[in-house]
Amino acid sequence: MEKVKREKLQRIIETCRLIVERGLDPFSVDVEDFLEVLREYQPSLENMEDIVLDSEALNQVASVINLQSEWIKKRSTSLYTDPFLIQEKLKALDVEKLARLFLKVWRPIVELEQITTKSLAVSAKYWRDLLPLDVRWSKTGYRQLPLGSSTHEDLVKRRIISEKTFSEELEELWKELLDRVGDKGKILYQEFVYVESYPETLRRAYLTSFLVTYGYAKLEVYPFEEEIYLVPLKVPTPPSDKENVMSYPIPISYEDWLEWRKNR
Amino acid sequence: MAKKSLRMGRRDRHKVRVKRAAHLLFFKHHKRPGVWGWELKKAVGSDYLKVLDVLDDLLSSLDLRVNKVFETEEDGENPDKARFYITLKGTLTPSEAKMCGWRIDDLAALGVTIAYIISKEGKASRKEIESLLKNKLPEWRVEQNINRYIRLGYISEDDSGNLYLDWRTNVEVDKKSLMDLLLLAKVEDETSGGEE
Repeated sequence: MEKVKREKLQRIIETCRLIVERGLDPFSVDVEDFLEVLREYQPSLENMEDIVLDSEALNQVASVINLQSEWIKKRSTSLYTDPFLIQEKLKALDVEKLARLFLKVWRPIVELEQITTKSLAVSAKYWRDLLPLDVRWSKTGYRQLPLGSSTHEDLVKRRIISEKTFSEELEELWKELLDRVGDKGKILYQEFVYVESYPETLRRAYLTSFLVTYGYAKLEVYPFEEEIYLVPLKVPTPPSDKENVMSYPIPISYEDWLEWRKNR
Repeated sequence: MAKKSLRMGRRDRHKVRVKRAAHLLFFKHHKRPGVWGWELKKAVGSDYLKVLDVLDDLLSSLDLRVNKVFETEEDGENPDKARFYITLKGTLTPSEAKMCGWRIDDLAALGVTIAYIISKEGKASRKEIESLLKNKLPEWRVEQNINRYIRLGYISEDDSGNLYLDWRTNVEVDKKSLMDLLLLAKVEDETSGGEE
């Protein structure tokens, strides 16, 4: 291809690139004219370099056409107005007129922010329970101790692991229950579970719940008398699926336990 | 008799649902006012749109209305994804706006800011808007006002200092009418009276 033709293709590429990159008016160039030039030069493409140049020119012209299509779309929307025209109007109109004009199209949201009696009570409680900053921000001191080792006995002593297995503990408690009930057939829940130490009471309550769940014992609840009895079973019989099984929560509060110990 | 009491019960339930919708819409629950459609559905029932119609009728006499706004185009026409607000139905006079804490020049500046961003296809640099507003407002008020519009949700700003229209403009301002009114507005001599 001749040098003049190559230069013309280069100019087309540069012009199109400038329009796309700088966002200039895409209708400022005659795309039809560009396409006519490309069509005219097409038979004279001789080598790979010419073909690449021609393809690049065609690609850039296509980008400008795409930009033209976008511009038409934007201008066809009902909100489009010439920014220059609007800017001039905004500069020319006085403040009061602009405000009155805006008030015609402004529909402010109605919104209320109100504190309720309930939220006030919650806030008051929070404030009352909130510790002073110097207490909350006080740093915890740490002491570095030399590394050591623990024996199995140590861990048992510190109640990190248990000496007996869980099933052994259950069996032991079941036997104790059977012994204490004897011929009476049943025992008051509190009488069996509550002992001299509160942590031990909690442990017994925890194990007793498993005794009932696994069918080692049954609960008899008398709501009007507010009495709960434990009835041990000589042969453990886990409840079948057909039975109507239900959960029954029994609170063991520290205050109850203190009162029980006082009244003994 | 039984039928009558049943009807009364339904009517009462309906009243309770209208009240519940009003409470949800009037009182601010989150950072932003308004309630999502799905929130109303959960609180009022699946026919919440009918309940809102009743509320809209009741509010109409107070010059208020229930306004439904879709935040994105993808939400289509699904009311559950729309946000509902209670807005003014009519318009405020300048003195009423002043009582709500809006000076006349603050309102004018807001109108200018919104119109300019619309004319720039939804994005304009803060500097351009500041220089436009400085023509008519003192410099310190310009910055203060732009920050206020951002805080209230009329416009938002990105890290590059570009301003965009934000959620409150989409709810409160009839953008098409604003542009039409601006184009039709006649620029008068300073000696002549203002337009009504």
